[in-house]
Amino acid sequence: MRRLRATLRAVAESILAAAIGLVVAGFILKAWGYSPISAYIALFEASFRDLYGIAGALANATPLILTALTFAVAARAGLFNIGAEGQMYFGALAAVAASLFRLPPGLHLLVALAFAGAAGVLWSLVPSVLRATRGVSEVISTIMFNWIGRYLAFWLVANVLVDPYRAEKTITVLPGSRFPTLVPGTDLSYAIFLAVAVALLVYFLLWHTVTGYEMRAAGANPDAARYGGVRSAGVIVLVFLLGGITAGLAGATQSLGRPPTYAVYSGLPQISNLGFDGIGVAMIGRNHPLGIIFAAVFYGGLQSGARVMQLFAGIPLEMVRVVQGVIVLALALPELLRIFRILRRRRVELGGER
Amino acid sequence: MTLGYFWSILFLSLHAMVPITLTAAGEVVGERAGLFNIGLEGILLLSAFTGALGAEAGGWPLGLLVGIGTGAVVGLFFGLVNAYWKGNQLITGVGINLFALGFVAFGLQALGTPGFHDVPRDVRLPAIQTPVGGLSPIVLLALVVPFAIHWFLNRTRAGLWVRAVGENPEAADVAGVPVELVRLLATTFGAALAGLAGAYMAISWMGSVTKEMAAGRGFIALATVVFSGLRPILTLAGGFIFGFFDSLATWIANIPGVKEAVPWQFVSTIPYIATLLVVTGVIGRVRFPKALGVPYRRE
Repeated sequence: MRRLRATLRAVAESILAAAIGLVVAGFILKAWGYSPISAYIALFEASFRDLYGIAGALANATPLILTALTFAVAARAGLFNIGAEGQMYFGALAAVAASLFRLPPGLHLLVALAFAGAAGVLWSLVPSVLRATRGVSEVISTIMFNWIGRYLAFWLVANVLVDPYRAEKTITVLPGSRFPTLVPGTDLSYAIFLAVAVALLVYFLLWHTVTGYEMRAAGANPDAARYGGVRSAGVIVLVFLLGGITAGLAGATQSLGRPPTYAVYSGLPQISNLGFDGIGVAMIGRNHPLGIIFAAVFYGGLQSGARVMQLFAGIPLEMVRVVQGVIVLALALPELLRIFRILRRRRVELGGER
Repeated sequence: MTLGYFWSILFLSLHAMVPITLTAAGEVVGERAGLFNIGLEGILLLSAFTGALGAEAGGWPLGLLVGIGTGAVVGLFFGLVNAYWKGNQLITGVGINLFALGFVAFGLQALGTPGFHDVPRDVRLPAIQTPVGGLSPIVLLALVVPFAIHWFLNRTRAGLWVRAVGENPEAADVAGVPVELVRLLATTFGAALAGLAGAYMAISWMGSVTKEMAAGRGFIALATVVFSGLRPILTLAGGFIFGFFDSLATWIANIPGVKEAVPWQFVSTIPYIATLLVVTGVIGRVRFPKALGVPYRRE
């Protein structure tokens, strides 16, 4: 019963925060001379009214579910891993690299995914070891690795994986290692099932296994961890390992399962910021795998709707990240729902009742 | 010839040092008071953008003021949420960064300059002409600020209060120090310095605004705070080390011969690798305030 109430409160807080985010961003739109009401109508109509809109939302949600899991798993264990961005780059590129050779279809996809997961783990290794052995803050190390990774990824795209006929992109992923398209004519591929399955697996691991219990215990009692040195190196390494796999897979869903390109372009335009957006999605989903699925679909819908909004109303689609930033800021307030209680009390006082 | 190289690298390094040192010196004050702000990256970006707009509206003095003001407003918000309402400092910081990334990208596009917004030369902060080249006056300011903060923290009553609320808020509270207010003002001051740093980047150093211009400097400043062991004067040394590697990268990438041999992408990673190595080297020897990151609730 208590657990149900806690869940309901978390959901209510996220919805309230989302509303605050939309309202505040609406004021910003207004300040720049746009009409927020018609902008939002265009946005939500485009993203949630028909099958194509919903498919677009789900296609955008696919990588976000996975990068959000990277952050959420760490957050549950009391770590602040913001390295999904860089790990995701290498996942996307490793999946492309698997097309340097030929394998039977299907098996090729599995091998490409294994490459991607391994690449994500590889890029999380140094921050993980530095945290576990020397106590170097993962906030600083993962951000530095994101930037180092960004430049290395630029280099890999331009030199190692480059398409011999088109210098601005990598080689194209072979058809045998692609995710089949789920809804023809949209971006949505079977990769969404991978993302949801991984989320369910992480849920099972965290709440139904001993290892998961240990991970959550390390996060739930930071004081004991700080004073007693309880936070074992094993938990840290495991958290980064899982985070690296999910971030790497997130990248793979973009190079293997996002029509029509099936390649990574120089400057990484298609995949940049998926890791950072995943942090916001994780927070909106309250660092819970199931909450993350819903939060990712919500945010994915905002993104695809914003693209339509940009096209027809000329409003820059980056507006969506403003909404996300405000939502996260609202969620930073403890007991957000108390705002309502305080407002009600004030009304009673103003009414003269005591 | 070699002496010329020496001076030009020194000059580049000093200019690259400024945003790191100002931001880090400000954050030292905030962290000494017990608040840990990972939203500095966002503040740099936001205030670079608003500072540029301010300068274009009313010249560089207004630009600097708007930049400082932007930092202060964000800092005030951060302080209210975390000192008074006992919010989550890390989440607030991430929220600031996400908001800034979206807001500046949105604003640049709405202005019609999505990739690169040039700040007109006549509204930029005039440089001091020296035999070696133009020197931004903010460089001189950045050389003084850490000493002023050192004096403030160690020689004034208000500085003692700042240290007290970060080290032992219970005792400070009993002694009559307004814990929340001191924390709020300390973090607002720190954010205002980051705002100055952002405006400096836009209207003095780079003369332009892009959505990637902060380039991790907010986090490098956090690393510099660790490196300095929360001693403001050492943020000069930390800032200079990173400024040196930052300009070294720019410099190496432009040497004929080297340019062809070493990919520019590798050279660009140098400041980040240096940051990580330095932090790894000093970690363990740094003592943080006892109440850093912990909201204070009166028992």
